[in-house]
Amino acid sequence: MRFGKWLRVLGWRHLVGIAIVIFAIFPLVYVLSASLNPGGTLTGSNQLFRAFSIDNYVQLLSDSRRPYGAWFGNTLIVGIVTSLGTVLLGALAAYAFSRMRFTGRRQGLFGLILVQMFPQLLAVVAIYALMRGISEVFPAVGLDTLIGLIMIYLGGALGVNTYLMYGFFNTVPASIDEAAKIDGAGHARIFFTIILPLVAPILAVIGLLSFIGTTNDFLLASVILSSPDKLTLAVGLFRYVSEETNTNYPVFAAGAVLAAIPVMALFLYLQKYIVSGLTAGAVK
Amino acid sequence: MTTTSTPERRIAPKRGIMHQPPSARSMLVKIALLAIVDAIAVFAMTILFFQESWLVLVILGAVTLLVNVIYLSPGLLPAKYLTPGLIFLAVFQIFVVLYSCYIAFTNYGDGHNSTKDDAISALVSQNTQRIEGSPVYQVQVVEGAGGLGLLATSPEGEVLVGTAEDALAPVDPGAVTQDGPRATALEGWTSLSMQDVLQRQQEITALQVPLEDDLSAGFLRTSNAIQAFVFQSNFVYDEAADTMTDTEAGTVYRDLGNGQFETEDGEVLGTGWQILVGFENFLYPFQNPKYGEALLGVTLWTFAFAILSVGLAFVLGLFLALTLNDPRMRSRKVYRTLSILPYAFPSFLSALVWLGLLNTEFGFVNEALFGSANIPWLTDPWLAKVSVLIVNVWLGFPYMFLICMGALQSIPEELTEAATVDGASPWQVFGSIKFPLLLVSTAPLLISSFAFNFNNFNTIYLLTRGGPRIAGVDENVGHTDLLITLVYKTAFEAGTRDYGLASALSILIFLIVATVSAVAFSRTKALEELN
Repeated sequence: MRFGKWLRVLGWRHLVGIAIVIFAIFPLVYVLSASLNPGGTLTGSNQLFRAFSIDNYVQLLSDSRRPYGAWFGNTLIVGIVTSLGTVLLGALAAYAFSRMRFTGRRQGLFGLILVQMFPQLLAVVAIYALMRGISEVFPAVGLDTLIGLIMIYLGGALGVNTYLMYGFFNTVPASIDEAAKIDGAGHARIFFTIILPLVAPILAVIGLLSFIGTTNDFLLASVILSSPDKLTLAVGLFRYVSEETNTNYPVFAAGAVLAAIPVMALFLYLQKYIVSGLTAGAVK
Repeated sequence: MTTTSTPERRIAPKRGIMHQPPSARSMLVKIALLAIVDAIAVFAMTILFFQESWLVLVILGAVTLLVNVIYLSPGLLPAKYLTPGLIFLAVFQIFVVLYSCYIAFTNYGDGHNSTKDDAISALVSQNTQRIEGSPVYQVQVVEGAGGLGLLATSPEGEVLVGTAEDALAPVDPGAVTQDGPRATALEGWTSLSMQDVLQRQQEITALQVPLEDDLSAGFLRTSNAIQAFVFQSNFVYDEAADTMTDTEAGTVYRDLGNGQFETEDGEVLGTGWQILVGFENFLYPFQNPKYGEALLGVTLWTFAFAILSVGLAFVLGLFLALTLNDPRMRSRKVYRTLSILPYAFPSFLSALVWLGLLNTEFGFVNEALFGSANIPWLTDPWLAKVSVLIVNVWLGFPYMFLICMGALQSIPEELTEAATVDGASPWQVFGSIKFPLLLVSTAPLLISSFAFNFNNFNTIYLLTRGGPRIAGVDENVGHTDLLITLVYKTAFEAGTRDYGLASALSILIFLIVATVSAVAFSRTKALEELN
């Protein structure tokens, strides 16, 4: 292929590709560079990879006023418990909707979609007021507790999730259940040992989506949690930069890198499935 | 779905399942789980009983009973599977929505936090002064289930205990440990050591223990955790006349039905209580034209932000999909993987990373890309809007890129070939064949993306906090505020806490989103039918 033709057919595509890659990754490269820069301020962070030191990471992990380790742990606890709970509650409901026929079934399915029209985000004031009320009776599950926050997130366990699972459950042939029934299995046994393994892919997707959604939530977490050792990463890291943007930034950058690397690794590892999942959704 | 009402279908599976008697082990597990649930419920009900919250007590009791019936009776199979999720749904989705509607009709907020009784006791206890020459009590700071309290020995030698909530009451002398004339410990309470006292000094000096249930009798306060003096409020509440009198200034405040004590000439006491105010919150923007104007601006910007975010990200994503999807191109996988990295990066961090990049004085963009220019990316009204859009497109284009690629690949090659044979140019093939097909399959995702961005709290709040502030409006409203960040700021930022107004705003958002989604979805259906 001659150069002129190559440029016309493929070369410009490479130029576009390079441009978009720069746009996409430069904030990420910048934050990595800032986290390794010992300067301590934003100003010093502008020459990429000028210096290398892990000072910011040491400072991040040793600051007792801002317990990063605890935030990381809290985020994991809240994310994992919420996603497991969401998968379990959603699957139980989807099983009932998919396999049983009862009065109010169609209305129930429709209702779930309807309820989602008013997201929890909008009811944040009422959620706060409710949790304040609960705090007076049960401080252990009220404001400023991780259990309280998890309970709120589980309020959204049914809904779109159940609907997605319901669709997937329907693709598992009912003859499998019936065969098991003839063999003497009870409904719980059928659900836990036969159906759940068969629908594992959708359970994994819902779990992952719920985990990502929960860890990214700033609004509810910032309203419910207040004491420094109870915060999640979203709220804690926001406080890092909202106080004095300039001086804390490199330490924040270190926190951002530590928080993002596991997530990005998981994402790249699962990329194939996520992409095919999106695509399946796109061309339904 | 058509068989819902056919009786055989409804009963048949149930019978089939119920034929097998449950195994002993599963029965045990079930009973153990139910026992745990019941124990927690009974514990909660006991606490509610002592707090005299009768309504909640009754509801909790009824729900617990229902749960037991569902899981102990042999039938009701669907309910067994639905109940756990439904309980959370009922409390944290349905109830809170109804509660939001209720709050929208109240004056709930700073200064109107609680009931009238609470407001009266707060006013009385917030304005106390030491009475000169009053008796001196010997005290020991103790901690019990209800928080900090004082174990007091009166000048007459009587031993009493009380907390901020419960007035002083005599104790059983047998349970008291004395140190000379001063009581130092009481069974069931923990005495604070001197070290604890030093650590919790603020809490202790703020502690006021009422002498009697009638707050006008006065309070005990201590500054050194050893001696306490009697303090009395200069606010006196007259129950018969329903007035609050400031005895020092001689002012009389009345309840005129506005949720607060006020004088005839409009002087108001800071602490009020919650009342229903009707449509006041909904009318607020109309009664305050400047705020109304700002709110209209915010609403328009919310639409613009959502539409532009989705539109720009979609155009960019589609362009990339078309550009990088050429099979002759080597290394296109590398481009793809690198350009979807923003999608893999946790989104709450993205906004904070950009916050640093766009900092006016020290940010990378100004310093390194624009040669130390001082471009106010986040503090100029228009530039801030541009900035949040750039950041949101950065966040959103990888998703659009992925779904466009998926949609393009699912369009059969034969269509392109047939069109080419018929003499269509590549542009014609794209414009009249590929693009309409692509739009049909991606339209539902674009709509949900719009709905998401309409309430995209994180991008806005973490980047600009809605700022810069709109000048000339008393309320804290900014140029980049979306409706949802305005709700948050109205409810939770210091100085503005007005829960009633915030709830009214969230109902407004709900009405907008519901209408837009309904219209959009019916339009896409029409679009699908065309093909």
